[in-house]
Amino acid sequence: MADTTMAYADSDPHHVRGALEYSGPASKRIVTGYGFWIFILSDMVMFSAFFATYAVLLGQTAGGPGGRQLFDLPNVAIETGFLLASSFTCGLATIAADARNKFWFQISMAVTCLLGLAFLTIEGREFASLVARGAGPTRSAFLSAFFTLVGCHGLHVSGGILWLLTMMAQVFAKGFRADIQRRILCFALFWHALDIIWIAVFTVVYLLGSAA
Amino acid sequence: MTKGHQQVDHNIDIAPGDEHLEGGGISQRVLGYLIGLGLAILLTATSFFIAGTDLVWQPSIPVALVVLAIAQMGVHLVFFLHITTGADNTNNILALAFGVLIVMLVIGGSLWIMANLNHNMMPMDLLMQMQR
Repeated sequence: MADTTMAYADSDPHHVRGALEYSGPASKRIVTGYGFWIFILSDMVMFSAFFATYAVLLGQTAGGPGGRQLFDLPNVAIETGFLLASSFTCGLATIAADARNKFWFQISMAVTCLLGLAFLTIEGREFASLVARGAGPTRSAFLSAFFTLVGCHGLHVSGGILWLLTMMAQVFAKGFRADIQRRILCFALFWHALDIIWIAVFTVVYLLGSAA
Repeated sequence: MTKGHQQVDHNIDIAPGDEHLEGGGISQRVLGYLIGLGLAILLTATSFFIAGTDLVWQPSIPVALVVLAIAQMGVHLVFFLHITTGADNTNNILALAFGVLIVMLVIGGSLWIMANLNHNMMPMDLLMQMQR
């Protein structure tokens, strides 16, 4: 039996024929990760509706201020840098989790958390200054769409930070069990996906929005 | 036999976000993330620079911004989410392609329909006169 397996592996180094054979159900890690991947894609579909709303309402300022007067681009660039760096440290946390290194996992996750909080702080201050200048979500259809889209992304980041802290606590208390590893995989997918959505936000909302 | 099957199973699919590792150590993986970070920073910086510059033909700026954004999404997908064209990623790619299709339909369709409505709508002052 061992001989036939060996001969089979040699004759088919890329497992092309193996893929056609039934080899049992996929592992739990693949099923969980794939299911969460579907959720992330549906989340992006939801965001696409908000993006479409924003693009349609971009000019409907009701005589109020538009993007050019309101947006502070250097501020947004700093915000973007924080989120991008947090995506990188989240990747380091993934590597540390695969290597089962608790120390580097906790350090990377803590840095990710701080960068995420810095992002949220800048966004919160921007929202507060807009409302203080009389450009809150009730001012015009354009601003309603702006606060809905950017605020929804901010809510996702806030939820992500709560999840991040939960994962730090779970690894601290339970270690790198298989189920914890699957949750870390899903969290990493979620965090990286948030960064991808932010690319669309800073391009469409801030850069194109202040050009229009 | 069992071991052989596990091996085959491992080669059919891979969870989204998992990296297909071929002997690369931790330093190799960190390097991958560093390359991704470098490319992302480069593309982001270009976006912010090009948005405010008057060095290029102005109507080309929105197009350039959209292209840069799509390129950066690609960088994130490849270097951070490890979505590849390999056989073990077929399911992940197909799901992603379907998601992109729906996103395109929602955004493109909304913009198209609303632009048409805007175009066909009577000017606001005329509309107001008719309601009187």
